[in-house]
Amino acid sequence: MQLAVNIAVLASVYALISCGYVLIYRTSRVLSLAHGELMMLGAYGLFVTASLFAGRPLVAIAVSAVLALAVGVLVYVLLMRRMAGEAVLAAVLTTIALGILLRGAMMFFWGAYEQHPIQALGLVNASVAIGDARISAVALTLVFATGAAYAGLWAFLRYSVWGLRMRAAGQNPLLAAQRGIGLHGIYALAWGLATLTAGIAGMLIACDSALSQTMVVIGLKAFPAALVGGLDSLAGALLGSLLVAAAEVLLIHYVDPLLSDVVPFVVLLAMLIVRPWGLLGSREELDRV
Amino acid sequence: MNAPRASGYFRISYAQDLQVLETRTQKVSFVLFAAALLALPFLFGAFALDLANQVLLAVIGAAALMLLTGYAGQISLGHAGLLAAGAFTTGILFKEFGAPFWITLPASALVGAALGLIFGLPSLRLRGLYLAVSTLALHFIVIHLGSEYETRRGFSTGVVIDAPRLFGWELADARAWYYVLLGAAAGTLLVSLNLLRTRTGRAWRAIHVRETVAGALGISVQGAKLSAFVVSSTLTAVAGSLFAYYRGFVSAEAFSLFLTIQYVAMVIIGGMGSLLGAVCGAVFVVLFPYAIESGIKAALPPALLPDSSVFFAANYAAFGLVMILFLVFEPMGLVGIWKRVQNWVLLWPFKQKPLGK
Repeated sequence: MQLAVNIAVLASVYALISCGYVLIYRTSRVLSLAHGELMMLGAYGLFVTASLFAGRPLVAIAVSAVLALAVGVLVYVLLMRRMAGEAVLAAVLTTIALGILLRGAMMFFWGAYEQHPIQALGLVNASVAIGDARISAVALTLVFATGAAYAGLWAFLRYSVWGLRMRAAGQNPLLAAQRGIGLHGIYALAWGLATLTAGIAGMLIACDSALSQTMVVIGLKAFPAALVGGLDSLAGALLGSLLVAAAEVLLIHYVDPLLSDVVPFVVLLAMLIVRPWGLLGSREELDRV
Repeated sequence: MNAPRASGYFRISYAQDLQVLETRTQKVSFVLFAAALLALPFLFGAFALDLANQVLLAVIGAAALMLLTGYAGQISLGHAGLLAAGAFTTGILFKEFGAPFWITLPASALVGAALGLIFGLPSLRLRGLYLAVSTLALHFIVIHLGSEYETRRGFSTGVVIDAPRLFGWELADARAWYYVLLGAAAGTLLVSLNLLRTRTGRAWRAIHVRETVAGALGISVQGAKLSAFVVSSTLTAVAGSLFAYYRGFVSAEAFSLFLTIQYVAMVIIGGMGSLLGAVCGAVFVVLFPYAIESGIKAALPPALLPDSSVFFAANYAAFGLVMILFLVFEPMGLVGIWKRVQNWVLLWPFKQKPLGK
């Protein structure tokens, strides 16, 4: 039972992060390797707003979420917009460089110490019992937040005008642009939403355990989940996260705890050999890359 | 593609066609440059000599990555994993069997070649981004195996290696190391330069430009991809082995993802598709943090100097910034700038190249 709960929590963590990879990739065909750093930036955002709006945790969370959205849009407008139409490698390397820049800047401003934003918020991370298993309140929130994020994204892409435009831009940018869809606006929105979900994930992880430099590794480990499911499918990201999380938790439990950092990548490699486009991804994407 | 060196086409024999240095100016400047490099250790202090050695080590690794990414067009994010493979092969052979330099170095090269085959296998099915990701996954697996060895054998902080013995005397002095590394780097560059002029090198460039056309021209695309991976990772593993001996210490922490990014940055900042670029990039990336640090130290009064973690953070951020600036504003890298300067001088007083040339 405890194992199942652990898998569910880890899968939600991976799923909440990996939907950002999917959103950006499926809209603009760019793989963002700065995702872990953007996630950490979101967590630091909460850390700052928590001390600014002391005693009003809801305001702090809302403001930091808006900040994360704004950061994502800014990243696109100031940097990634210039890389539009460049080679795939150049765009990916730009996101890597952005990640290094962000990590350096965060170390510069906040130091390399562990921080605990939940204390600054004035909340307590209680423990909840489900059957004979235990789960922390923040982790439970995280599971629900992931569900809400996926439901929201699905509804957004399925029913809203902007979601329709986003899907169109992802399918065929040229035709979409001819139809009068502003691609830059769509891409900026995709970056904003991806950073928002990453930021929420970062805030919740930071509240659950601690805010430290190791968070970047979690962001990187969520990437195999996105690819295993198929880089252009949200449902695939959910499925891939479940698969990777299950493999990781079970192997850590039954084989060796040291395997934690390597399991997602072994799963990724196996998937790339057998079915490179992922479980639910579309097949013809591969040659377009 | 090159600026004109000699006026006219005077080659009258195959030997002249194969020459690396053609004109007298080239030969004279090469001799002067070589003499300057040989005299360097007698002019430098210990700190600068260590920097020079680091640059030379980086040149080997950067040239290897340049062959793979800059010429054959195969993206690899597993470079640190290959360096680690060379270093750990050396460390394990030394620690378990007490193997001398003459065994560990070829053994590292062999392991590198085998790993190159493994790293290269995904390239037969995958392209671009997916290939980069698969090499990234292999990087984590190699690093995991290395740290697994460390913990299992109880060397949790790392494996210590004695200085190697060459022809009976011990290679411990930084000045002796400089000459060994200079020879290794020059050898790597010469091998790469000549390899690029052969059938293999031309096949690499062909698959870089367009695989389908290369295949139609009778080039084995699979063979060219695999050979690029094997050659590149063999050289990389040798660099890793030399790194292990130079440091006298192997530890999995030294081969983080950031090291891969540094090597990729060398290729980008130096300029894609140019061995000169690999050298320039290696010099730039290795010296950059020291330049930043001494810049900060010179700019601020001693009382205001921050502690070392701030330097580390500032270096990190500045490195990312420089990489972004190069990617956005000068994708051809330092070599691109150098070529533009050359053209400016050659074309003066005109500004544009004549059309069609």
